[in-house]
Amino acid sequence: MSYAQMSACPACSAAPAAETTARARDVKDTHIVLSLPAIHCAACISGVERTLMGQAGVKAARVNLTLKRAQIETDHTTDTETLLKALTDAGYESYELDAGALSATQTDRQGRAILTRLAVAGFAMMNVMLLSVAVWSGASDATRDMFHLISAVIAVPAIAFSAQPFFISASNALSARRLNMDVPISLAIILAAGMSLFETFQSGSHAYFDAALSLTFFLLAGRYLDYRTRSVARSAAQELTALEVPRATLESGAIVPINTVSKGDILRVVPGARVPVDGIVTQGASELDRSLLTGETLPVGVDVGAVLNAGEINLTGPLLVQVTAAGQDSSLHRLADLVAMAETSRNRYTSLADRAAQIYAPAVHLLSFVAFIGWVWMSGDIRHALNVAVAVLIITCPCALGLAVPAVTTAASGRLFRAGMLIKSSTALERLAEIDTVVFDKTGTLTEGCPALSNWHDISVENREIAAALAVGSAHPLSVAIADEAKKLGGKTAPLRDVTEVPGQGVEARWNGQVVRLGRASWIGAEALPQTATYLKVGDQPPVAFTFVDQLRAGAQAAVTALKAQGKHVVLLSGDAPAAVADIAGRVGIEAWKASCLPMEKALRVGELSRAGRKVLMVGDGLNDTAALAAAHVSISPASALDATRVLSDIVLLGKSLAPISEATQVSVSATRRIKENFAVAAGYNMIAIPVALAGFATPFAAALAMSLSSITVSLNALRLRGLK
Amino acid sequence: MNVLVFLIPISLFLGGLGLVAFFWFIKSQQFDDPQGDAERILAKDFDDHPRSE
Repeated sequence: MSYAQMSACPACSAAPAAETTARARDVKDTHIVLSLPAIHCAACISGVERTLMGQAGVKAARVNLTLKRAQIETDHTTDTETLLKALTDAGYESYELDAGALSATQTDRQGRAILTRLAVAGFAMMNVMLLSVAVWSGASDATRDMFHLISAVIAVPAIAFSAQPFFISASNALSARRLNMDVPISLAIILAAGMSLFETFQSGSHAYFDAALSLTFFLLAGRYLDYRTRSVARSAAQELTALEVPRATLESGAIVPINTVSKGDILRVVPGARVPVDGIVTQGASELDRSLLTGETLPVGVDVGAVLNAGEINLTGPLLVQVTAAGQDSSLHRLADLVAMAETSRNRYTSLADRAAQIYAPAVHLLSFVAFIGWVWMSGDIRHALNVAVAVLIITCPCALGLAVPAVTTAASGRLFRAGMLIKSSTALERLAEIDTVVFDKTGTLTEGCPALSNWHDISVENREIAAALAVGSAHPLSVAIADEAKKLGGKTAPLRDVTEVPGQGVEARWNGQVVRLGRASWIGAEALPQTATYLKVGDQPPVAFTFVDQLRAGAQAAVTALKAQGKHVVLLSGDAPAAVADIAGRVGIEAWKASCLPMEKALRVGELSRAGRKVLMVGDGLNDTAALAAAHVSISPASALDATRVLSDIVLLGKSLAPISEATQVSVSATRRIKENFAVAAGYNMIAIPVALAGFATPFAAALAMSLSSITVSLNALRLRGLK
Repeated sequence: MNVLVFLIPISLFLGGLGLVAFFWFIKSQQFDDPQGDAERILAKDFDDHPRSE
């Protein structure tokens, strides 16, 4: 019993450290969250849930289609890798998320709070509106006073509860001596409610309870839309940092969280794992995939004494690594400083809504103050002057403005989310609409980052079967490519004995009494070809070369062609060798390319383009792209990118294809146009309504009408984005 | 017009009932996955074990 309690609550458990460490993995994995970017229908839901429930150790699995995510309860007999593999085999793309970092409950609570306020405001608005209809249609004297009183009883508590977000934001802005959109909103709501209360007790003819409530309701609706768009993006941003679940394996085999590793520790890095720290190899030899860090497609051999950087992937042999820097000190994190510098320049971008608010807020206050002074001066009736001033404030209140931006960004992000893109930054769409130059990275962005066999059909069936049998057990990208190709064509492999992998060299085995080897040219004794290749030697026969080409990412060509058709200037910057870059540039149709770029050079090139007045969209996935991504006007990275890169970019491609990029640029242009149209609509309403209000003719009925009409027009205009072809 | 004395409280009560029901819907997480719920109702394999939270 005590055992169960201990593992159920790791925080309270007073178990010795070693015991906790040993069980840390079990405890951590009892609740797993997976991201499933490609699911879209009922069949996907049941497929994923059935696959997961079919796995041993899974107690419960539930898919959330809205968030494209699965929550899984497991016991200690299974682990995340098994589940991911099962889903991949069933045809569903999936990534692990760190359940702890998601803190879904907290964001959910926030969403429910706004929805509750919205419901209260809506309920109160409808009731007060019905009572107002009686007043508008001519109720007078005692009846009118009673209706006003009932309205007040409903409205005042409802406003006090529902409008809190505006009051809080406005008081924050005022205490920082700034003006934001919420200041005129709060002022209008408070003044309207206060003035109406006063009028009710004085048996006045005009009360604005309905206006104050519908103002609150419409604005909360805008807030809720805004919240929903951002919560999906926010959870995704956390999701993305969470994608790389930070664990390290100690020499003893215990798996510990990365933040408990310190300098001098010895870590074990198994083939296929990512190096979690910076360090020096103390034992073993292997090959490393550095493509995420440098853009090189081909693996690099390492030996005892070699320096490793966090983020590289170990391919062929197990390594023991002495930690030289972990966590915040590792090279991965040092790059963040570089990025932070570039980021500050981009943060200076002011969104359209903020620009509108800067003009709007002072103008509205000035206008209603002028109205008040004017009427006092003309008629001397302070009560009437105050009434007019309140009417001006209500009519000019940025109700439509508050909806104008969120309604459009919700519609546009929803559309792009369905196309497989996640908009992380709230101003990304506006910035994306302005771009005229697109810079692509090669390895991992335009290409899959894994090579494809190019001469499979020129090789004899016997050699194919031997090569496939040798390649099957290795994690080296060239071996994986051979094994994949063999599997596609029937998967027959030759019977081998004594298969051994020689780290850094290749794979060796015995076949029909002969030694067979698959690996490097120098090890086999073959002459190295100028292109990417691996070599097979069977006994004493001459070596056979298997040649490879970079595999283009799905949709790469379509994206480049579409962007060029849109009149964008397309550039390719890569850290890889010139021959490989020229080949890819030719295949996708990019004329302007540059090879062997260092990370800083990429950022410099992007900076140069920006200084020349171009707005650059950077698409990249590697660590060597991060500085360039930060320096660009707006940035996109694929889901397969390194976590540091994804966190940095404004937009993340959830699927494998690059094709949605061209759609995104189109949608962003029309979204920005809709936002501007919405501002124009709101301004148009004000142009008609303000003179009427200033003249003192604005009744509560006119205010309610103007407000609802402008809000509905704006929302409908935003919805047009959804159907756009 | 005296009927208003009954009608207004009754209508407020009924409206309030709807509001309370809505709070309950929010609390029982019925708005967490609207798309998924819409699709699930079409699939046969959920008939035997409906949503349990």
